[in-house]
Formats: sequence, C-alpha cells, structure tokens
Amino acid sequence: MAPTRREFLKIAGFSAVGLVIPVLPSRSLAQTGTPAAGGLSSPAAPGPLQALTAKRWAMTVEPKKCRPGCTDCITACHLEHNVPDFGNPKDDVHWIGLEKVAHVFPAEAHPRLSESITLLPVPVLCNHCENPPCVRVCPTQATFKRPDGIVMMDYHRCIGCRFCMAACPYGSRSMNYRDPRPFIRKINPAFPTRTKGVVEKCNFCEERLARGILPACVIACKDKALAFGDLEDPRSDVRLILDKGLSLRRRPELGTGPQVYYIL
Amino acid sequence: MLEKALKGSRGYGIWVAFLLLLVAIGFFFYLKQLDYGLGITGMSRDVSWGLYIAQFTFLVGIAASAVMLVLPYYLHDFKAFGKITILGEFLAVSAVTMCVTFVFVDLGRPDRAVNLILYPSPRSVLFWDVIVLNGYLLLNIITGWTVLESDKKGIPPPAWVKPLIYLSIPWAISIHTVTAFIYSGLPGRGFWLTAIMAPRFLASAFASGPALLILFCLILRRFGRFDAGEKAIQTLAKIVTYALATSIFFVLVEIFTAFYSQVPGHMQHLKYLFAGLEGHNTISHWMTVSALTALAALALLIIPRTRQKEPLLALACCGVFLSLWIEKGLGLVVTGFVPSPLERIADYTPTGPEIAITTGVWAMGLLLITIFYKIFVSVRNDE
Repeated sequence: MAPTRREFLKIAGFSAVGLVIPVLPSRSLAQTGTPAAGGLSSPAAPGPLQALTAKRWAMTVEPKKCRPGCTDCITACHLEHNVPDFGNPKDDVHWIGLEKVAHVFPAEAHPRLSESITLLPVPVLCNHCENPPCVRVCPTQATFKRPDGIVMMDYHRCIGCRFCMAACPYGSRSMNYRDPRPFIRKINPAFPTRTKGVVEKCNFCEERLARGILPACVIACKDKALAFGDLEDPRSDVRLILDKGLSLRRRPELGTGPQVYYIL
Repeated sequence: MLEKALKGSRGYGIWVAFLLLLVAIGFFFYLKQLDYGLGITGMSRDVSWGLYIAQFTFLVGIAASAVMLVLPYYLHDFKAFGKITILGEFLAVSAVTMCVTFVFVDLGRPDRAVNLILYPSPRSVLFWDVIVLNGYLLLNIITGWTVLESDKKGIPPPAWVKPLIYLSIPWAISIHTVTAFIYSGLPGRGFWLTAIMAPRFLASAFASGPALLILFCLILRRFGRFDAGEKAIQTLAKIVTYALATSIFFVLVEIFTAFYSQVPGHMQHLKYLFAGLEGHNTISHWMTVSALTALAALALLIIPRTRQKEPLLALACCGVFLSLWIEKGLGLVVTGFVPSPLERIADYTPTGPEIAITTGVWAMGLLLITIFYKIFVSVRNDE
C-alpha cells in the first residue's frame, strides 16, 4: 500500500527532525509537538524512516465507509502480528473483530434503529484506554501504558492469570489457551509469535510506528474507514475527522477513556 | 508430633490411600494441562475464569471462617470453643493451601509465578490477595501448631502467640474482603460491581465454614474418639443459622436492586443465574438446587427442635455447604462473564481433566485436614 500524500509528508517531517536531532529520545520529540509542517519545506530525507511519535495516539472508525463483507483490516492485522486462527470460538484469539452496532453500543440501540445502522459491521479492537482497568489489575505489570497512550503487553512477563481479561470492559483481550504456532497461517518473522498461556491484544502497531509506518489495519483499509493519529495535534487525521461531527466511544460511562472513536 | 499421622487404624489407612490416589490422578491431568495448555479446560475467550478460580473463591471463605471459633474463645472467653479452636485453625491452613494451589493451577504460565514477587504491583488486588493469603496461612500454622504443642506438653501456650492470634482475627476478615475486591472493583462486569460483594462473601463464609466444622466434629466423634461437646456444636449451629440467614438476605437485596430498578445491565446476569438466557440454563438448574437447599437448611436450623437433633443438624450442614458451594464455587464466577461485554452468551462446561484436577486439589486439602486432625486427636487422647 502506498502511503497517502499526507502520511508521506508526515513521515518526511519526522525524518527531517530526525536528521537535525538524531539522538533525541522519542519522548522528548513527542513533547516538541508533531513537526508535520516541517516536511512541506524540506525534501524527503534519505536513510531509514524515523519513528512516528505522538502525545496521544488515537483511532477513528467510520463503519459507514466499510464495504459489506470486507475483512481486510482483520486479515492485515492478524498476518502482521502472527495471530493464530484456531477455527473455534472457545480457543479464539483475535485483535480486531467485526460486531453489530447493537452489541458495540448497547446503550444507543433501540428497535427502530434503521437497518442501514443495525447491519453495519463495526470493527472493534483494544481501546488503548486513558485509564485502563487491565493495567490497574495486572499483578506483574506485564501490561502497561506508554506515555503516548499505547497499552502494551510484555509477553515474556505475563503469567496468564487472565485478571486483565476479566477487567477489560470491551472483550478486547485473548488468551492463548493452546500453543498458537501451529495455527498461524503464515509466520511473519518480523514480529514475535506467542507461547501458550499468555494473553494478547492489539498494540496499535507500535512496532510499525517505531519504523515510521502507520498501523496495518489503517493502511489495509481501502475505504479509509480507519484513521490514526495524534489526538493532541489539531491537524492530525483523527482530529480533522472528529471535528466533523458527533463521535461515540464504547461505554464511556465506565471512566476508562477509550481512544478509539466511532463516527456513525 | 508429625509421627502421629503415620500410624492409625485400617480405615484411616484406606482413607489416606484413597485421597492419595485422587491427588495422583489430579496431578497426572495437571501434567497434561501443562503440556496442552489451559485449553484442556472448558474456559474460553468469553468465560476466562472457571472452576479453579471459583473453588479458590469458595475456599477463601472456608479459611476465613476459623475466626468464628477464635473470636468467641479468645475475645469473649467462650470456653466451649477451647477444645476446637485448633480444628478451625487447621481447617484454615488446609483451605488456604487449596486456595493457593487453585490459583497456581489456573495460571497459563506457572513457570513464571515468581513474577508476582519479582514485579510487585500494589495497584493490583491480586498482589494484595497473595500477601493476605500467605500471611494468613503463616499465622494459622504458627498459632495452631504452637498451641497444640503446648497442649501435648500440658503447659499453657507461650505468651507470644496471643498477639498473633489477635492479629489473625482482622486478618481473616481481610482475606475474604480482598478476594471480593478482585471482583467488585472491575468496571465492566455489572454482576460483580457491587459494594455488597465483600459483606456477602463474609456472610456465606461464616455459614459454610462453621457448617463444615460441625460435620468434622460429628465425624471425629464417630471415628476419632474426640467429642467437641454439645455446647460447642450447638453454638456453631447458631452461628451457621445467623450467617446463612444474612447470606440469603444479601442475595435478595441484590435481586431487589436489579429488578426494581429495571436496569438491564444489572438484571441480565441475575436472569442468567436464576432462569437462564436464551435457552442457556445449565447454571440456573444448579442455582435452583442451591436456592431450595439453602431455604430447606435454613428451616431446619431456625427451628430449635430440628437444630438440636444431631442427624437433622448434620443434614442441614450438608445442605448449607452444598448450597453455598454451588453459589460461590460454580455460579458467582461464571455468571460475571455471561453475557460477555459484546453480549455473547457463551456456555461454560468444565471438562473431565478440569474436574479431575479440581478433585485432586480438594483431595490434597482433605488429606491435609485428615493428617492435622489425626495429630490433634492423638495429642488430645494422649496416644
């Protein structure tokens, strides 16, 4: 997938800054703000792509743009991250799923909701909460929140107690009830596989962001139903989309502060 | 004193061998689970805790109930309990050992259990549960063993045990409170998100634990030549009665709040628990048994004439134990997950290996109780 012009400029901007201050840690780079505008005046820099950074990563989802039956985001994500396909609901592991509006937003559902809404496939994934209950309950800090808002998993520290699965109000986490490796369609050597007995979930493609590439699901979506960016940057894709109208978050009343926004 | 556990009657030997066999079967299936993963159980993505964690929760209650003997004896000098406080403490030791084992067999990566200590996380309730459970285990081993040893020598227990015994009283409350907080502090699980969870846990604990102790006292009288005394047993029976009534009351309070307020998120779990949802009604059948047994047991316990008849008291105690085991050891944990956050109604059925492992851990606990009580009776009878 070729990056859009905007993404390209952003990457170029980061690269330019990277050339000037190459030893600056990514955290302080984030604090200086997203230097996307810098890319307009400087040509594309040679060399490896600089990491994409943000003060607060967020995603917007516009299910109305989704083509019926399309599962490109799921396929891309699961190929990228070596997510196994066990083929049964009991052992099921997934990072993105497609659900009905009535199940994703039960508070908004009512019997007179138009079919154009009720039949929509709504992509659901980890919400990378501002105040994540899973992080609070983890007894080993195997799941933790980065300063840029990404809720991460340390697969080498997780003891498989599944307290995080009980704590997550979104059903975003999966347990490897069996050895996942024989059930991975095609192993991507660039990303680790998991062992049996650990919990996993969406990581907002932090490994791609570190290489300067947007998340796999966002790139894979031909209909541009998914957007990704810095919530603190008023010119980011996500902010431009949020500016357009009313957006929803899943179960906001729980105080978790989800960072995946739905436009319906 | 341990040597006293080694010799015993033929029946004692057969009982111990039977328990060892169950432990061995459980261990065999645990090795299978280690090899295959937790997928060998009935747990799934939607119902991610099952029989193991439910047993753990139920047994924390059994462990906490030792306080119902220790408190009247040491704080109110209620002499009738003097003979059996050690039984309560040893029951607590066995129950906590089972609790810790159940948490361990539930881990996906037991080889990393030490991470709990390497990366202490005070924001996690599980971290505190590990601390209070191990502390309680230690307190009861030390106090129970020291008091029994002094008994054997015919001298009063050393003065330094008293503060530890006093400490064990609030500590017993803490283990069940912290265990309740594992559930009641989770934002997305409406069934568990209730402030009455800890009081409910304590009420059911103070019914199921003393009920089990009464049964043990009756067994010891029949097979162990040890008489706990009529007064001790009848007082325990009254404790069970009040605690059971409180426990039932707390459940009814939950039901009222959910169904009078008519908030769907609160009603749906209770509907699943007591009536089933969309044809998924295995648990609700069990809960019907639990509810009916609890009411029948309560009737037997409230009426003085039936409470004072030992066979009926034994029957009532069996009922209390069964009813509360179904409620906490089956219903409470699974129902928290059904329906799931995405409103799926996933069925959970424990598998054969899962039941074998669970039975094995229970057998290990019963073996510990058997050994402790054998030593206790031998010391008391001066054998």
